[in-house]
Amino acid sequence: MPYLNISHFWGVVVSSRSYADFTPEKVDLHRLEEGPPLTSTLTREDGLKYYRTMQTIRRMELKADQLYKQKIIRGFCHLYDGQEACAVGIEGGITLSDHLITAYRAHGYTLTRGGTVREIMAELTGRREGIAKGKGGSMHMYTKNFYGGNGIVGAQVPLGAGVALACKYLGTDQLCVSLYGDGAANQGQIFETYNMASLWKLPIIFICENNQYGMGTSVERASASTEYYKRGDFIPGLRVDGMDVLCVREATKFAADHCRSGKGPILMELQTYRYHGHSMSDPGVSYRTREEIQEVRSKSDPISMLKDRMLSNNMASVEELKEIDIEVRKEIEDAAQFATTDPEPPLDDLCSHIYANEKSFEVRGATPWTKLTSHS
Amino acid sequence: MASLRSFLRSGKTFVILFVVTSCASVFQVNVRDALNQAMDEELERDERVFLLGEEVAQYDGAYKVSRGLWKKYGDKRIIDTPITEMGFAGIAVGAAFAGLRPICEFMTWNFSMQAIDQVINSAAKTYYMSAGFQTVPIVFRGPNGSSAGVAAQHSQCFAAWYGHCPGLKVVSPWNSEDARGLLKAAIRDDNPVVFLENEMMYGVPFELSEEMMHKDFVIPIGKAKVERQGTHITLVSHSRCVGFCLDAAAVLAKEGVECEVVNLRTIRPLDVDTIEASVMKTGNLVTVEGGWPQYGVGAEICARIMEGPAFNYLDAPAVRVTGVDIPMPYAKILEDHSVPQIKDIIFSVKKVLNM
Repeated sequence: MPYLNISHFWGVVVSSRSYADFTPEKVDLHRLEEGPPLTSTLTREDGLKYYRTMQTIRRMELKADQLYKQKIIRGFCHLYDGQEACAVGIEGGITLSDHLITAYRAHGYTLTRGGTVREIMAELTGRREGIAKGKGGSMHMYTKNFYGGNGIVGAQVPLGAGVALACKYLGTDQLCVSLYGDGAANQGQIFETYNMASLWKLPIIFICENNQYGMGTSVERASASTEYYKRGDFIPGLRVDGMDVLCVREATKFAADHCRSGKGPILMELQTYRYHGHSMSDPGVSYRTREEIQEVRSKSDPISMLKDRMLSNNMASVEELKEIDIEVRKEIEDAAQFATTDPEPPLDDLCSHIYANEKSFEVRGATPWTKLTSHS
Repeated sequence: MASLRSFLRSGKTFVILFVVTSCASVFQVNVRDALNQAMDEELERDERVFLLGEEVAQYDGAYKVSRGLWKKYGDKRIIDTPITEMGFAGIAVGAAFAGLRPICEFMTWNFSMQAIDQVINSAAKTYYMSAGFQTVPIVFRGPNGSSAGVAAQHSQCFAAWYGHCPGLKVVSPWNSEDARGLLKAAIRDDNPVVFLENEMMYGVPFELSEEMMHKDFVIPIGKAKVERQGTHITLVSHSRCVGFCLDAAAVLAKEGVECEVVNLRTIRPLDVDTIEASVMKTGNLVTVEGGWPQYGVGAEICARIMEGPAFNYLDAPAVRVTGVDIPMPYAKILEDHSVPQIKDIIFSVKKVLNM
């Protein structure tokens, strides 16, 4: 059969320390009479698509881990494995003509927003075919209607509201999704943005990806209130299980409808988890236990959850999903191969892209005798 | 009049030739109105242009620079913001990402420090980080530098701070011609422009020619102007101090010293060619600025002269006239002695020329 109605479970993490299980409970609402529907229709086609995309993100991030340990990727590398359901579910609730901006844990979003694995990996290895030609790196990848990849914690949130303002100004029915983490959620500029977005009824969905830790600081050590979906105060909010791609999708659709009907901003908290540490320089076990990580992996892994659902409802066969795994693995291998063999950017490119639409001009090099040229 | 009437009644036909001396029309426009008109015309020209900032709409602008614009263009295009610089500067940059052309006003540039991350990290660097994918066509503007009696937290000059950063254009107009032409150029520029005005210049009138009043009058960013030709020494300055240099030059001329006065107009990119050409002509250099000396605009100019061909033409070391290296005091006598005065410029010129 082409599709199946399944009821999905809204999970609530009771405390930041015990990931014992995901007990089905209703979604948490703030200043909302009703929330997203508690049942969702998953088509086989969508199921396979979500599975493939999440698996691609997973494999891509694990490959990045490998390449980083081989010192082929350097600098900052913030991996997204564990959080795949957020990026994929959000994209399932909006369209590519909507807009999205996030912080530095951005590889997954670069993919869901239209980037290819090849150009993402080549950017991580700093090569000329990277999505930012090697000029940006892990934290500065851009594509159409995707504004990065932003390194300064919290700065992306007012930027996202600006994009939303442009949507409203230009009379489109597009919206902007503006993501931030539990660590960023205490940033003053986010509250400034809540205020202006509300005053001006901007079509913005604020999304807090609560993965329980801001670097090494757990939520209860950083925030006087860990109910991030309520922190928007006068902004309606909802909190859902960020490990369940369907929960994320339904919540996003609900939020998008809210925005598009001119009601102004809305805030979503996605409860999720990252398997890796904060970045590749963080083993991720000094501030949390290995047992906790293992527990989430075994009980709440987003890909396993979707896989089990599809298998137990006869929406796909084991072989079929294995086939997808093999294809994804190949795609990642090819991309990694490309990313390690593609040449580095030409030195001529060093000073380019300072100004847009400008004729070429001289740039001072490291010494007064080194005269370099900048092209637009 | 009576004789003309009787003449005409007499019926004598006569061809009277009226020779009208067409004096070129000049307009007295103060800097505030020049900025206002520039914004008005650019708002009319391009629907994507809009203005946001504190008090820009219903208050007509804290310094009345945006007077009348809200009445004409309404809430959509002239937006009053809450007092949240970091937030609204970020919103302005995001709007620029998505294809609008915002003018983001800081009530004074001192308040930009609250938002400086958005100016530098979100605006200035993005075109480079994205390898030319994402443009940021935004203008940040507002009054910069010292005012009168507003004390330390409201008197800082940010030319050196913003001038330090690649990816930004930094502009510092002096007179109405500068204000008009450079603001239009800034709004039409596809890059982030920091536009440093001066509150004490807002009310000062200057003559604008008909050509300057034209809707498409723009002054190229990155080009300095020689305001006064001279032979003995070059004075390089920006913003209000340009006027002091011209005043000092007038006094020195009486003693036979002819100063060449260069109005930078743009801090970044710096027009080194014009400065070098002038120094190679005069052999002497004094820079004049309102900002502090350490790591300032004058310091950069002197370093560049040292590193370039003009060094060999110097008859004496280049020196800087700057604001005093202290936070701005309040009492008038103290404030007057915290900023470069005309006598300081004259004194420095004479020292350099060994007079």
